Amino acid sequence: MRNTAMNMVHKLAARDERVLYIGSDPGAGTLRAMSKEFPKRHLIEGISEAHIIGMSAGLAMEGFVPYVNTIATFLTRRCYEQVAVDLCLHNLPVRLIANGGGLVYAPLGPTHQAIEDIAIMRALPNMTVICPCDADEAARMMEQTLDWKGPIYIRLGKGGDAIVSKAEHGFEIGKAILMRSPGDVLMVSTGIMLQRAIAAADLLAAQGVRAGILHMHTVKPLDTAALLQAIRGVKLVATLEEHVPSGGLGSAVAEAMIDKLGSGLPAMLRLSLPDRFMHNYGSQDSLLKKHGLSANAIATSIEHALAASRTSSPQLHST
Amino acid sequence: MIQISPHAEAALTCTLDERSLYLRRLVLGSVRSAGRGHVGPALSLIEMIRVLYDDVLRIDPKNPRDPNRDRAILSKGHGCLALYALLADRGFFPLSELDGFCSSDSILGGHPEYGMVPGVEASTGALGHGLSIGVGLALAARMRERSYRTFVLLGDGEINEGSVWEAAMGAAKHGLDNLVAMIDYNKLQSYGPTDYVLPLEPLADKWRSFGFAVQEVNGHDVGALRGVLEQIPAVAGKPTAIICHTVKGKGLPQAESNADWHHKNKLTDSELDAIRVAVGDF
Repeated sequence: MRNTAMNMVHKLAARDERVLYIGSDPGAGTLRAMSKEFPKRHLIEGISEAHIIGMSAGLAMEGFVPYVNTIATFLTRRCYEQVAVDLCLHNLPVRLIANGGGLVYAPLGPTHQAIEDIAIMRALPNMTVICPCDADEAARMMEQTLDWKGPIYIRLGKGGDAIVSKAEHGFEIGKAILMRSPGDVLMVSTGIMLQRAIAAADLLAAQGVRAGILHMHTVKPLDTAALLQAIRGVKLVATLEEHVPSGGLGSAVAEAMIDKLGSGLPAMLRLSLPDRFMHNYGSQDSLLKKHGLSANAIATSIEHALAASRTSSPQLHST
Repeated sequence: MIQISPHAEAALTCTLDERSLYLRRLVLGSVRSAGRGHVGPALSLIEMIRVLYDDVLRIDPKNPRDPNRDRAILSKGHGCLALYALLADRGFFPLSELDGFCSSDSILGGHPEYGMVPGVEASTGALGHGLSIGVGLALAARMRERSYRTFVLLGDGEINEGSVWEAAMGAAKHGLDNLVAMIDYNKLQSYGPTDYVLPLEPLADKWRSFGFAVQEVNGHDVGALRGVLEQIPAVAGKPTAIICHTVKGKGLPQAESNADWHHKNKLTDSELDAIRVAVGDF
């Protein structure tokens, strides 16, 4: 996914002279081909994220479309004020390509695990937040970033994620993709939780539970219309995210449902990471499994929540 | 032992001409109308902004978004009263707007906002942002082969921020001799002396070591400021830093070098009387 997104920057640069790549101190050889073809538009500016965001704002004020790239935690936590003031307040078309969203950097520990990035980026006015699910979707997504007004935060997965997106679904920023029609259950996922949602839906189907999947690749602006359409007749809405419970996809979906429906809400299950820093290492997969976000655990949680929803009045559940 | 710059001593005794007094009257009129404002930080800036806007910047108030205009960013956004006075006086917006400073429907807030105030290039107020934006503007000029220059006005307290020094390294890396950092070195930040809060000296050496061509000047001496700014870039291939030795609250004896005048929530009758004595009726 990361290589695809990077190569897309090169491809877009070839097509449009406004496109810049700005890295802090990325891995050796990052976009080497672009650095040779467009050396003036391939900028490596050092481990100075606050400065890089401000500089990108200045370049965007002059008509460039900078694609800024480093590790997700450094693009969010480190330079939050610059992102808020320089990019969002000025509503400038700077694209933040965040390597290692979620638990991709599991072995590197909590300084490198971006588990609250969606929440803090989503909180900012004018910011768009996108979490593609695989490399194919990342390519389609990048095509849409060139002329989008305002800043975009792009949360990339690890790379090598199973391809589950389909070309016929296309990609439009802010338009969710209904991957499976719901029965009693609708799962709403973002990013690489889609692969787990699909596997969980298969497990549930084997148990006679029909679970739909709404892939919410854009968390902000949230596709409320698609959400409201998809939850019609559904008994349980389950959100799946590689993120703390506060402020991410689950919050966004709950807010939209409460704002738009007010009463008569389906039961809701928010499956997420816990509200704490991870002090385990291992791998993205092993940490997701540890925190109940494997396909098996998701299916089990949904079965239990569905059973509970049938014996109680509608209420919000949370892990 | 840190040597006191002769420019700093000169700033203390430098007299102000009628235009400088007039601009101070505009600033203090806004403060009186609003009942608040960053007085000291605006008064130290006035000659820097005055010379920049009167004599240096290639700008047209009737065409504030002219792509070939010189860019100026007030990175120490809390000094905005001085900028507002100059922009109004130069016709970017009516002088009457100054009376609405900080009122709910005014275009003039306590920090300047892009899109609200004609002539304001970037929203500032959070410190340590302007030089990075300036690097982006200057780099864009280079890449687009445009001749505009970029000036960034920084506070001395502001350059406590690490991001300023990140930006300085970036400016030097790119050899941006179309970029000028002007430091309002009034030696007094919100709490007290810069030497106490976070010592900056040797300040000129710092900028030099970061790759800038450095000039020092009495920041209230209009002629000296003109002389320095007319020779930009000071060194071809290097960004320029102009350390402007100033006096916080310059022009109001009771406010000069007095941290209590960093920000005022109200002006008493006796303070208003003292202002009239210092700068004339306003």
